[in-house]
Parts: sequence; structure tokens; C-alpha cells
Amino acid sequence: MKEKLVLIGNGMAGIRTLEELLKLAPDLYDITVFGDEPHGNYNRILLSPVLAAEKTIDDIILNDRQWYADNNIMLHTGMRITKINRGQRTITAEDGTETTYDRLIISTGSSPFIIPVPGSELEGVIGFRDIQDVDEMLDAASKYKKAVVIGGGLLGLEAADGLVKQGMDVTVVHLENTLMERQLDSAAGALLKSSLEERGLKFLMEHQTEALLGDKRVEQICFSNGLQIPADLVVMAVGIRPNIELAQSAGIHSERGIVVNDTLQTYDPRIYAVGECAQHRNITYGLVAPLFEQAKVAANQLAQLGISYYKGSITSTKLKVSGIDLFSAGDFQQSDDTEELLYQDPGRGVYKKVVIRNNRIIGSVLYGDTLDGPWYFQLMRDGIDITEMREKLLFGQVSIGDSGHSATDHISAMPDDAEVCGCNGVCKGDIVNAIIDKGLFTLDEVKLHTKAAASCGSCAGVVEQILASTVGSDFTISPAKKPICGCTEYTHDEVRATLVKYELKEIRAVMDFMEWKTPDGCSKCRPALNYYLLCAWPGEYVDDARSRFINERVHANIQKDGTYSVIPQMKGGMTNAAELRAIADIADKYAVPEMKVTGGQRIDLFGLKKEQLPAIWADLNAAGMISGHAYGKSLRTVKSCIGSRWCRFGTQDSVTMAVKLEEMSWGSWTPHKFKMAVSGCPRNCAEATIKDLGVVGIDSGWELHIGGNGGIKVRATDLLCKVQTEAEVLEYAAAFMQLYREEAHYLDRTAPWIERVGLTYIKQCLIEDGDGRKRLAERFLLSQKYAQIDPWRARAEGKEAHEFAPMIEVVD
Amino acid sequence: MSDWIEIGHIDDIPRLGSRVVKSKAGDIAIFRTAQDKIHALLDKCPHKGGPLSQGIVHGDQVTCPLHDWKIQLASGEAVAPDEGCARTYRVRVKAGTIFLML
Ligand code: SRM
Ligand SMILES: Cc1cc2nc3c(=O)[nH]c(=O)nc-3n(C[C@H](O)[C@H](O)[C@H](O)COP(=O)(O)OP(=O)(O)OC[C@H]3O[C@@H](n4cnc5c(N)ncnc54)[C@H](O)[C@@H]3O)c2cc1C
Ligand code: SF4
Ligand code: FES
Repeated sequence: MKEKLVLIGNGMAGIRTLEELLKLAPDLYDITVFGDEPHGNYNRILLSPVLAAEKTIDDIILNDRQWYADNNIMLHTGMRITKINRGQRTITAEDGTETTYDRLIISTGSSPFIIPVPGSELEGVIGFRDIQDVDEMLDAASKYKKAVVIGGGLLGLEAADGLVKQGMDVTVVHLENTLMERQLDSAAGALLKSSLEERGLKFLMEHQTEALLGDKRVEQICFSNGLQIPADLVVMAVGIRPNIELAQSAGIHSERGIVVNDTLQTYDPRIYAVGECAQHRNITYGLVAPLFEQAKVAANQLAQLGISYYKGSITSTKLKVSGIDLFSAGDFQQSDDTEELLYQDPGRGVYKKVVIRNNRIIGSVLYGDTLDGPWYFQLMRDGIDITEMREKLLFGQVSIGDSGHSATDHISAMPDDAEVCGCNGVCKGDIVNAIIDKGLFTLDEVKLHTKAAASCGSCAGVVEQILASTVGSDFTISPAKKPICGCTEYTHDEVRATLVKYELKEIRAVMDFMEWKTPDGCSKCRPALNYYLLCAWPGEYVDDARSRFINERVHANIQKDGTYSVIPQMKGGMTNAAELRAIADIADKYAVPEMKVTGGQRIDLFGLKKEQLPAIWADLNAAGMISGHAYGKSLRTVKSCIGSRWCRFGTQDSVTMAVKLEEMSWGSWTPHKFKMAVSGCPRNCAEATIKDLGVVGIDSGWELHIGGNGGIKVRATDLLCKVQTEAEVLEYAAAFMQLYREEAHYLDRTAPWIERVGLTYIKQCLIEDGDGRKRLAERFLLSQKYAQIDPWRARAEGKEAHEFAPMIEVVD
Repeated sequence: MSDWIEIGHIDDIPRLGSRVVKSKAGDIAIFRTAQDKIHALLDKCPHKGGPLSQGIVHGDQVTCPLHDWKIQLASGEAVAPDEGCARTYRVRVKAGTIFLML
């Protein structure tokens, strides 16, 4: 017998929960849904465009009755639930019928708050919540002239705009002196007000409604200052109240909303609450993005996976009045510990404000030019330290070089033949065409269809903006958590935490436990899982060669013609005649087509056939050389200048330091490649300040620099600290590498990782917490015991021979 | 003159792996899936000729090592939206022994 799952409230959050649940566990429950509206499930947020005659009701249906039938869901519409009997586990509908449940979801949403003034019960006084309200407004617009909307918030303004479009004479009454004061500061509020006035809306600011007058239907509205104006329709949009009466009457603990924990369970663990009626960590939400996140977690719990937890959401807002660009997110009111960055261009009607605390964005308000809204939101949500980009922040993402080589001022001003993706040669026009022709909506779809942003990804921001400017968006779904790839719902962090917590030690085990959607993953998730397991269980986990990219599988770099290159280790760039002679002999013996000194201070042999590799490695080994790991997400090189050994300026022996660092860290696997350099003095000839870890000699010791990157987007390092001794340099280096190994997402270089977590965090872990640093370093050295085995020697001696030999040569 | 040629045993190829058969027609990649299905494709990606035998095998696809195209093992077709097709060869497995038709 299947368990019975009952949903009360056929709205956006409840049905989304069922959709998520069906994806995870389609057959787990017998599902019944009760809704008191007479419709299937529709997109409530698009009621505003329906009112503005930009969309029809049919356009906004999300799930028609067929969907319920297809998924074996019993749907009762127009049926209000009046009672929950927790003892018997039944619910009672208004017509007296009872239904039993094993698990219950309450998602009753909320109701518009109707101000209890005299006359509020008159005909023609309504809220703005459902299809019925829209029908009443449309009906009024066809018969009457004067409308008053009480409330100058998001909902009120959308109602007012719609009613103006329906031909009514609309006055918006607001208690405060700023429109949308919860989302906008007074400057942006004033800009908004004047553009709405241009569209024909009238405003009565700082007016308090005292009474509504009329016989049967409302006719007049009176204010506390004595003013009285005619009104044939009054829409109250002054706030919402979570619908908690049903839960309360059943003794389920409720405050402003129904109180739920991080698994969206109420005080009765069989009963879940999601959506606007739920109160999580003291917050009730009134936007869909957080409700959808709740739905995902509730579904995960109901599917008995128990892996996801809801930790609350940060929300952003966009006003859906076409032609008005407005974006707001987070906190924007000034306080003692916040700073404001402000950009104002009244001539163009542009206003931007970004509020900062501790070098992180905590809020933003944009008016007139909202292109960078999602970007600020992302920076805010991820808590990214913005110190580095501060001076350019207000000029948008394009100004900070995030757009790689194709920086352009403005998306709309960008010509169609402007190259957006330098890697794949994709122009703006190609992207726009693909978006329109193929009906694309997300960055991933654009990547798939055009290859733009599919390689180095540096143009992803621009592509997203083209997407936004091409399709527009009705509302901003917060870019919720990002799964590793299409094979799973879970993020890098969730997967990592789970495999440690549940001691999963094989890729198969992780995929089974976390219910992977594909039979054996893909080329994205398998290498990530392989790395996470390797990092979590050093010495225990058996590396899976089949989940490694070819370079790491055969320990050489694949070339465009299918041959391989071989780069032996050359610690600190130091070499000698014997080594060079051996390399030269090998080059002759195997007729190596080309050789080059690499940017990593060592020698590359190009154009080798796979079959030749083990023999060449054997010869290199015989001459004392091992793999340089030039192919791995691993330590690459430790570059060095000549330092105090010869240089007239040298303060420290950079070569010895580089060699020691390379000896300690070679062979370690890391989330992405890891490069180091050591310079003997601040002239910095080894370019240490664009390395993942840079060490610079100074008179009193060494400076340690972290998070540099010389690649697609150049980032100079942050100074971590100064130390005095060689032992300290090694300990900090080991600890830093281990922190990176344990916490960064697979394929994150240190630079984006540090930007995400912030330098302060790294300093806490490595400087303030001295014991923590020592433990990190110990863990690093422990894992090195198992990692420092020259992969070339093993293969020269016959390991994985099948990799290097053809199966058979067919000659006929 | 097409004939079944014995090329080796199924266990010569690791699961989710691939080996190459050298032939006059060029290298032929022989794949083994997790379910022990065997497929043969010309070892040339329809994109820019990358050696498919060196890719990561998952499900019934292989991801080319050079620029990440995904190729269906059974048909040789690139997974949409990429377009192109690698030549397929017929294979047959009898009691663990793999035969290839050139
Ligand atoms: C061989 C070498 C070029 C050379 O002839 O000098 C090289 C060659 C490649 N680099 Fe590099 N990089 C080489 C030094 C560098 C440097 C300079 C350095 O290390 O000081 C950089 C910039 C510094 C940095 O990484 O911060 C560099 C930044 C990149 C990047 C961009 C990384 C980024 O974070 O933005 C890539 C792409 C990637 O890794 O995704 C890349 C990727 C590659 C790949 C592996 C492309 C690929 O995926 O196949 C090239 C392999 C060529 C081959 O056939 O072996 N290579 N590459 C250098 C090998 C150094 C070594 O001895 O190990
Ligand atoms: C006009 C408008 C515009 C909006 N614009 C945006 C926007 O741009 N962006 C955004 O993020 N959000 C917007 N919202 C808010 C968003 O629509 C809500 O946050 C969301 O719909 C809440 O989902 P829910 O499931 O909690 O509640 P609902 O969608 O209201 O669903 C609850 C359902 O339960 C039913 N119900 C209640 N009690 C019972 C009972 N006892 N028995 C049976 N059924 C019951 C209700 O009738 C309702 O159908 C807008 C809302 C409105 C009204
Ligand atoms: S070696 Fe580096 S810079 Fe040169 S082409 Fe290859 S990836 Fe680009
Ligand atoms: S050659 Fe295979 S993807 Fe480019």
C-alpha cells in the first residue's frame, strides 16, 4: 500500500513541491490535492500582465487538469478544507467529506489584508490576489471610470498600471512619502513616481484612508485629512496575511506564519508547510523564488532522501510594469556600518545604488538601467568580497573585464557581428538568433546551442545579458543553487558534505545514495566525484581511471592531432648538463618532432605517439627525471628566479625555496591546476604575484601571496602574510593547498574560489587559527604520502599497459 | 570482401573504457559500456577528428577529449545540438570474444 500524501492549497508553492517530488520519486505516494479556487494551477505572478491585457488567462495556466490526470493526482477544485484532525490523520472539506493522510502539505498561501475601515465590506472593494479579483477589475473597468488603489507597493502599482491600461482613471493612495519604500530608497522612488505619472497615474502620498462611502457599491473614499474623492472601484494592496487559521485550529504552532524547520516540517512531523503560509527562521516570504527553493527541499524530504535543507533565501524584486526598469535586492537603508556607492544620471533617468558592509554587497537599488541587477544579486548572494572591483562596480560587469577580450559598453548598442565568445568565435547576432529561433531561456541552453561561453566561460556574463535583453524577463527567479551537472540535483558542496558524512567511498556508492539521474554520470560529474573521493579518503579511495580526463588518465597532454606531449619535472626551473643531454638523447632516439621551453620553466617534447610514452618515460626515469604533472588538476610547477645565489639584488635563496616547495607538493591532486612561484626579491622576476601561491623574498623573510591567476582573467594575488623561516613558508603552503583541496569546487582555480569565500575567511583559517593551520598542513602531508608516486615509473613498469597498446593491428 | 575478424576478448577493454584497433582504414575505437555492450566507431570525431577512443564513456555515449562533443556509441551521431556522425562498424560478441566487420 502506498502512503497517502495530501496537499491543501492548489497554488504555486504546493504544486511546485509535487512537481519536484514526482521528479525524484514518481510512485511513492497516492496524491490528493484540494484547492478552493475553481481552476487548475496557474502562475499567480502573471495576473498583472493579464490585467494589463498583455496576457490571457490561458497563457498563465501552469498545469491543466490533464497534468493531474497524467500523474495520477486526484484533484478537488473549488473545495475548501475546514479542519485537520491530527489524531485520526484526516482532513475535512467544507462539504463534510473526510480524507485520510499519512503525510500532509499545507500550502494555503496568503490573503490580501483588507483595512478594517467603515465601508470595507461594500461592493467594489477588493484585494488583488486571484483570477476572481482580476475578473472583477475587468468588469469594473468596463462599467465605471474611477478607481482607487490603496497601497503604493509592488502589487498596488501593478494593479494601478493595469487599470490605467483598461481605461480607468486611477489614483494610488499611499501612506508613506516614497513608493515601494520596502524596496526603494526615496531617490529611486521619486524617479519611479514621475515615470508612472507620465503614464497617467495619479498619486496621493501620505494619505490615510478613513472610510469608504456608498450605498451598496462604493462611491467615495475619505481620508483622515478630510479630503474625499469619488471611487467606483477600490483595490486594497496594502499587504498580505499568511493563511494560518486552518493550521492554528488544528493546534499546529503558528506565529505570523506556520512555523517550520529547515526540512519544512511543522511541529507535527507528518505535516509540512511551504509557501507564503510558512514561517521559516522568523521570515515569511511573499515572492516565488524562495517558495520554489522551499518546494525543492520539501520534495527531497518527502522523497525520503533527506539530503537537502532549506536555509532561507535572499530575494530580489523587479516591477512588472512594461517600460519601467527597476531592480532591488537586499538591504538598502543606510546604517552605521554600511557604505553606499551611488551613481546618478537624472538626464538619462538612471539611478544605481549599491550598499556595502564589510566589503560585501548587502543590497542594491537600480532604476533605469537594471542590466547589472542579476550580477549584483549574485555577488550579494555568494557573499563575494568586492574590494578589488569596488572602483568599477557601478559601471557594471562589463567594466571589470569579466567579459574577457570582448568588453563592450552596452549590450543593446553592441553590433550583431561583435564577437562575444572569443573561444568559439560566436557573435552577438548568432546568439540572438539562436535565442529567438530555438526559444532558449537559460545560459545552459545558449551554451549548448551556440557554444558561446561553453569553453573558458569568461563571456558568460555578457551572454546572460544578451539573453536578458532578448527575451526580457517577467520576474527574476533567483539563480538558485547550481547542480554539478544535469545528472544530479545536488551542488558541489552538497555532494562533498554527503560523501563525507555518510562515508561513501566509491563513485557508484555516491551515485546510488544521491540518486543520480543517469546510469554512470557524465564527463562533468565523474571527474568531480573522483576528485572529491580522493581528497576525502586519501590512501583508501581507489582512483577511477575511467573517470579521469584523458590527460590525467595517461599522464601526458593530448594534442590537437591526437599525439601527446611530455614534460618532465624540473624543480624550480633548475637543470644541468646531464639532464639536458639525457633529454636531447631521448629526443633523438624517439625522433621527437618538436621541443619547446614552456611558460612553466621546463622542457616540452611534442608530437609523441601514445604507444611510445611508456618507453620514453622509462628512459627519462633512468636519467633521474619524473613526471612534471603538466597535464593534471594538480600541482604544476614552482617557478623561480635565480635569487640571492647570483643576483645582485637578491635577498633570499628563491631557488632552494622553490625546490623545497616542489618537493613537498608535487603529485598532489587539486580542484584545478595549482601553480607556485618564488621570487628572491620584490622585483619579482618569477611573476609570483599571479600564481595560486606566490612567495616573495624580503629582507626579513618571505611574503606569502595567494589567489593569483595569469590566465583568462588576470588576477593579482592577495597578500596573506609575512613569515620569517623556511619551515613557516612550507607549513603555510601546505595548509593553504589543503584548504583549497578540501573546500573549493572542482574546476575552480584559487582565484575565483578566494573571490567567493573572501580573503578574510582564508586568513581566519590560516592565520588566526594557528592550530587549524597545523592540522590542515598535517592532512596535506598525510595525503602526499599516497600521492607522491611517479605515475610514469609505474606505467613504464607495465601498469595499465592496455592504455598504451592497440588492441590489435589488423593487416589484410 | 567483408569478414568477421576476431579482435580480442571483452576483458581486454575496461568497463567504461575503450581500445584501438589499427587497420588500413585508420584507427577504430572499440568501446565497452557499463552494461558490457560493445560498440565500434572510426576513431575520428565528426567535429575536428579528435580520437574518440580517448574520451570519457558514460551511458551509451562518449565525450570527445578535444572539445567535449558527445557522440552516441551505437549510431555514431553527435548529440544535439552538435551535428555530425562518426562512422560505425559492426561488432559481435560470442562467448566473450569480440568480432569486428571492416
Ligand atoms: C605548454 C604550455 C605553453 C608553453 O608552451 O609554454 C601550456 C600549454 C597549455 N595550457 Fe597553459 N600552458 C603553459 C603555461 C601556462 C601559463 C604560464 C605559467 O604557468 O606561468 C598560464 C597562465 C598562468 C595561470 O595558469 O594562471 C597558462 C594558462 C592556461 C589556461 C588558463 C587558466 C586560467 O585559470 O585561466 C588554460 C586553460 C585551462 O586550464 O582551462 C591552459 C591550458 C593549457 C593546455 C593544457 C590546453 C589544453 O587543455 O590542452 C595547453 C596544453 C598544451 C600542450 O599540448 O601541452 N593554460 N598556461 C605551458 C606549460 C607550463 C608547464 O611547464 O607546465
Ligand atoms: C498580482 C500578483 C503579482 C505577483 N507578482 C510577483 C512577482 O512578480 N514575483 C514574485 O516572485 N511573486 C509575485 N507575486 C507573489 C506570488 O504570486 C506568491 O508569492 C505565490 O503565488 C505564493 O504561492 P503559495 O503557493 O504560497 O500561495 P498561492 O499561490 O496563493 O496558493 C495557495 C492556494 O491555496 C488555496 N487555499 C487557501 N486556503 C485553502 C483551504 N483551506 N483549502 C483549500 N485551498 C486553500 C488558495 O486559494 C490558493 O489557491 C505576485 C502575487 C500577485 C497576487
Ligand atoms: S598553449 Fe595555451 S595559450 Fe597557447 S593555444 Fe594552447 S591554451 Fe592557448
Ligand atoms: S574534435 Fe571532438 S569535439 Fe572537437
